[in-house]
Amino acid sequence: MHIVVCIKQVPDSAQIRVHPVSNTIMRQGVPAIVNPYDLYAIEEALRLKDRYHGQVTVLSMGPPQAEAALRKAISFGADEAILLTDRAFAGADTLATSYALAAALTRINEELPIDLVFTGKQTIDGDTAQVGPGIAKRMGLELLTYVSQIDELDLERREATVRRRAEGGVQVLKTRLPCLVTMLEGINEVRFATMTNMFRAARYELKVWSKEMAGITDPSFIGLKGSPTVVAKVFAPQPRSQRAEMIGSEASSAQDLAINLVTKLSAKHPNLESEFAKTAGARA
Amino acid sequence: MSEPQAAPAAKRGGNHRKMELDPRLQAYRGVWVFVEHERGAIQPVSWELLGEGRKLADQLGVELAGVVMGAPGEATRQFCREAFHYGADLCYLVEDPVLTDYRNQPYTKALTDLVDTFQPEILMLGATTLGRDLAGSFATTLKTGLTADCTELNIDMDNRSLAATRPTFGGRLLCTIQTLNYRPQMATVRPRVMALPQPDRTRDGRIIEHRLGLIETDIITKVLEYIPDANVDKPQLAFADVIVAGGRGLKRQENFKLVEDLAAVLGAEVGASRPLVQAGWVDLERQVGQSGKTVRPKLYIAIGISGAIQHRVGMESSDVIVAINNDPQAPIFDFAHYGIVGNAMTVVPALIDAFRQQFAVMRRAG
Amino acid sequence: MAEKFDVIVVGAGPSGNAAAYTLAKAGLSVLQIERGESPGSKNVQGAILYADALERIIPEFRDEAPLERHLIEQRMWVLDDDSYVGTTYRSENFDKPPHNRYTIIRAQFDKWFSTKVQEAGALVICETTVTNLLLDGQRVIGVQTDREGGSIYADVVILADGVNSLLARKAGFHGELKPKDVALAVKEIFFMPEETICQRFNLQGEQGVAIEMLGKITQGMIGTGFLYTNRESLTIGVGCLASDFKASGIAAYTVLEAMKAHPAIAPLLEGGEVKEYAAHLIPEGGYQAMPKIYGEGWMIVGDSGQFVNAVHREGSNLAMTTGQAAAQTIIELKTEGRAMTAKHLARYAAKLKDSFVMKDLKKYQRLPGILHKNHQFVTAYPELVNRAAHTMISVDGVDKRSKEKAIRGSFLRARSLFGLMGDAYKLWRAFE
Repeated sequence: MHIVVCIKQVPDSAQIRVHPVSNTIMRQGVPAIVNPYDLYAIEEALRLKDRYHGQVTVLSMGPPQAEAALRKAISFGADEAILLTDRAFAGADTLATSYALAAALTRINEELPIDLVFTGKQTIDGDTAQVGPGIAKRMGLELLTYVSQIDELDLERREATVRRRAEGGVQVLKTRLPCLVTMLEGINEVRFATMTNMFRAARYELKVWSKEMAGITDPSFIGLKGSPTVVAKVFAPQPRSQRAEMIGSEASSAQDLAINLVTKLSAKHPNLESEFAKTAGARA
Repeated sequence: MSEPQAAPAAKRGGNHRKMELDPRLQAYRGVWVFVEHERGAIQPVSWELLGEGRKLADQLGVELAGVVMGAPGEATRQFCREAFHYGADLCYLVEDPVLTDYRNQPYTKALTDLVDTFQPEILMLGATTLGRDLAGSFATTLKTGLTADCTELNIDMDNRSLAATRPTFGGRLLCTIQTLNYRPQMATVRPRVMALPQPDRTRDGRIIEHRLGLIETDIITKVLEYIPDANVDKPQLAFADVIVAGGRGLKRQENFKLVEDLAAVLGAEVGASRPLVQAGWVDLERQVGQSGKTVRPKLYIAIGISGAIQHRVGMESSDVIVAINNDPQAPIFDFAHYGIVGNAMTVVPALIDAFRQQFAVMRRAG
Repeated sequence: MAEKFDVIVVGAGPSGNAAAYTLAKAGLSVLQIERGESPGSKNVQGAILYADALERIIPEFRDEAPLERHLIEQRMWVLDDDSYVGTTYRSENFDKPPHNRYTIIRAQFDKWFSTKVQEAGALVICETTVTNLLLDGQRVIGVQTDREGGSIYADVVILADGVNSLLARKAGFHGELKPKDVALAVKEIFFMPEETICQRFNLQGEQGVAIEMLGKITQGMIGTGFLYTNRESLTIGVGCLASDFKASGIAAYTVLEAMKAHPAIAPLLEGGEVKEYAAHLIPEGGYQAMPKIYGEGWMIVGDSGQFVNAVHREGSNLAMTTGQAAAQTIIELKTEGRAMTAKHLARYAAKLKDSFVMKDLKKYQRLPGILHKNHQFVTAYPELVNRAAHTMISVDGVDKRSKEKAIRGSFLRARSLFGLMGDAYKLWRAFE
């Protein structure tokens, strides 16, 4: 069995401190982490390895510092890690990213046939959830998104049974291998690395691939050149023209403030008043 | 989507991309909305998108179409009729047994065929698990641009292109993205971000049918079973009329009880900002914000919430926003309707009392 | 098979990195274990880099290390509520390379230092906490971590795990940290354009200024404040003795807020955007609070050994110097084929004794004790000194002799003759 997990290194928005006085968010010096959604994919892959044996490879497209994310994956128990890095990938949007990853996966497949490609549901810095589907399409793999569980793999008959989240329930699907799975969050908890694996990760000689080594010859599909979407502008959200009406003053007691607010809400907003009347009636 | 640090095409020298559309693509006309349904009912996000699509279509002077796919039969046709009620001029209908349950392969093929044949300039889908699944693979198949989780859609009349706005940089800023040289321009929008339009049950439209041309054996993935969720105690934040939400300012998990108590008095749903969900104080279902739920209640009371953009985009469409925060500089006061600077520990209990009194008065009066 | 190394270094801050680098460069097998997600991530500092100490370890560091500004000017302020009396030393000599002191961003610097450590051949493992020292009788033979997978062995373990070394405490090498021996410091980093910084502080290019402050800003507590210029930001902070914080009940960040509002300081921060806030403990006990720094199979370097000269705000250089000294000791012993016993490791203490490290710490050993009981140095004196300056500098028709008399009188009233003499004696003892 050979599973390749595609991961991404992202800035850790959860580690941002809040200033105790001004309550503003301190973004400086935020460390980079493995995209949290990818951890579920890594863990699921490792569980399948525990069950069916075989190899788990992790692949990431990113700048040189993404190496740390790949080493992290090795420390959890992944067997091999490949960093796809090249200046030409800068500015890539999801279409260009999926192109580059698909090329690398094709190369990997030549060396050791892949049964499953896993990705996390989305990234915390991009939130688009498009790279997984993009890779699947390009490689002709069946796409299964929002997967909560891999029920069974039949490597002989080349079949997989998985559970997929829909809006109001769960679909149980059977599909052919190889396929691409994007993993739902919260389905497992990634294991705490053993010391042995930490040593292995620290000593592991990372495979670093440039675009040529990934088999990419046409630069028009990668990086900024390969992106059909263009950012027209980046801007701060428009402040509402009217700041909140502040109730009371510093000297007001909590009771005063509360009564003041409740009275205002009922008096100035008829639809709220009827809403309150409904609630009042229901409590009778 | 592009990395935000990419300069707009106009500013780049040398290899800059032209803002002119390939003549073949200029023929693409029409605004389409994918009408999503599950187990016999249309997902409300599709109606919200039809409402938004109507505005875009009117601006462009083109027709608004719904895209309906499903099992052959009356139920699927009824979906078309509902699409007309919500503003569609026509519906493209693909009926086939293989489309009974959602699967990526047949749905992508159906959508691809339709788009290749009828050539819309804009295609919108709800950012649901189905919508994102379909949109992602479809956009890659057609190699066109897709902007996900948009909060605003406009038309740039200079070049008849869709300007899709979405949060970026962890939600602190907004960016507007355009797909200049590819068609169709695609956008996904999360449920409740756009307003639910009023249906006009007298409206009608025309149906254009299209044959899929796939048979079951062509399709690799099979649906073995569908297990519906038990609807026990599932928070209904999306359509709640009154929501009380708590944020980091509450400092300790015990203090979240204040939020729950106030919600109980008001008969309101309980919500929370992302940090509280991440800390495990509340369930993911209660998260309001960019990566949680978008809500549009009549009244939103935010307690100890700073009002950072990630949360703001999830609730700023509320009719009335009340913010309680002990920091007078908190950004939430910039867009809330009413603000109280104070300690939640004293203000919220006082509010609970005040509302109780108010309700008692109303009962006596009514 | 359990892993074995020549040396295990616990901690990847300046002292740990200095030790690991020196050892690895000499060809010894080194494992460095850091509990933060990356080297230095748990570290907080002003921060000023003392080039001399680093030069002796990595002579060519200036080529690669992330340095902010080189200091050409040092200001020393004694503040009253709305004034200060200060001295400034600025020299063109400090502008000539090689520069003597630099401002740095601690987190970035430690990361860079760690890449050098790894390049030199040490194995660095992060996000792992050493929970226990492995002992064979009294001898330390290795460590145990919070990760499953057995124990790791070494000939000698260097504890470089910071001011609050739980490990050293657990092993009994030193007792509980006393509040009077440690200061709590908080700092913020304000971002503003380079040109603004240069204009405001009269600097060109990458020149920098350091301001050390004393006085009413610490609200009666023993402590100091500081403001350093980085390339595009200012670091401002204040630290006071933990025992004083405890006694006064004042919150640390409140002190910083008040200090930022001081009329002499606020304009310097104008227009800046706060992007980082951090707090840390700094050893203040000095020589008299030092624990044992070596034993059977173990050594202590850096903050963990209270190697901080609070008067001169020197800590990171002592950290690096002690780290290097410990490494050199081990290298010598290895070459001579000697075991890492306490008897042999005593050489480490001898090296430090001969160096500025112990000489300076010894010199100031009485200062902490004297300051604890003499808060007038941060309250009465700053006031007196400021008012004296105000009196002398105002031109108001009063003759100078009368002014001098008034000043003398104010000092005598505040402190009495005995008090003044006592204070002078105490200062002399402290600095002697």
